Amino acid sequence: MGSQPRLIEVRKNVLKQNDLNARSLREQFRAAGVFVVSLVSSPGSGKTMFLEKTLTLLRQQYRVAALVGDLATENDAVRLARSQAPVKQITTGTLCHLEAAMVQNALQEWDLNQLDFLFIENVGNLVCPSSYDLGENLRLVLISVTEGEDKPLKYPTIFNSADVAVVTKMDLASAVEFDWQAAYGNIQAVRPGMQVFKLSAKNGQGMEEYLSFLQKRLDESRVAATI
Amino acid sequence: MHELSIAMSIIELALEQSDRRGGAQVSAVHLKLGALSGVVKEALLGSFEMACEDTPLKGARLVVEDVPVLIFCRSCQANRPVRSVQLFCCTECGTPSAQVVQGKELEVVALEIEEWDHSLA
Repeated sequence: MGSQPRLIEVRKNVLKQNDLNARSLREQFRAAGVFVVSLVSSPGSGKTMFLEKTLTLLRQQYRVAALVGDLATENDAVRLARSQAPVKQITTGTLCHLEAAMVQNALQEWDLNQLDFLFIENVGNLVCPSSYDLGENLRLVLISVTEGEDKPLKYPTIFNSADVAVVTKMDLASAVEFDWQAAYGNIQAVRPGMQVFKLSAKNGQGMEEYLSFLQKRLDESRVAATI
Repeated sequence: MHELSIAMSIIELALEQSDRRGGAQVSAVHLKLGALSGVVKEALLGSFEMACEDTPLKGARLVVEDVPVLIFCRSCQANRPVRSVQLFCCTECGTPSAQVVQGKELEVVALEIEEWDHSLA
């Protein structure tokens, strides 16, 4: 008696479970009329500062909240809480990215109907988060002027998984001789047509344009949800 | 480095399929891996081998088929390869396109299972 190998067809997405969870989240967000924005970037690109400013400014007019993923500390949540918006930390331990199930868990105590905007700050990492859908409406990828213009070329996959790019720390642009044209060209090379905002959370430059963009997208998503 | 958790998901998926077939021994897993999947092949192969230890898949091979990026080119009205993942332009006419039609795959397509051949009994 012998054994013989046989090939059987399977065709299953490896991240099927995450995709299902993300789909369920997206449905909950749509039903509650909350617009969900996730942020990805490398560590130190200014995500937290940018988010703190975003929350502070949007809070004047909208109901906002944030989930923040971090490997170990709760420092980011403490910083974000200064905006006085509800903030919850997701500590991932050694995991380098957020998954939809973690978002689902973190949201359990919150009533999504009481929110207009929900922000999800991913773990600082330009590689791993690209594979995981979190059910968000919009994914922002951030690069700071201090990181150099070629980040998009080094991490094309994350730029491809994102919807909009944000160049942060523009107040430092001249000090580090940041080449805006080169950075913009590199973003367009890996993701033709991508909308790019350049701003400084510190001095407020460019924040207004970006916030009106978010407001417009919230309105559009609510119109779309009623159709 | 999220390849280890990806490898564990692949193993889980393979075991699920094997259970459905009465616990058939899996000798290889065939995977389609897109250039934009966000997964590094070399890291995945190493992780897979490691994660298979202490599971019924121990010793199984991971056979990876690399899937290149294809975009839809509006000028050509056809699916075309890109110049590179750093340059999303049609290889034929150079038109930029962000409309990815292939290259995000992370999919188990087939399993090789060992079956007892009763005819040889």
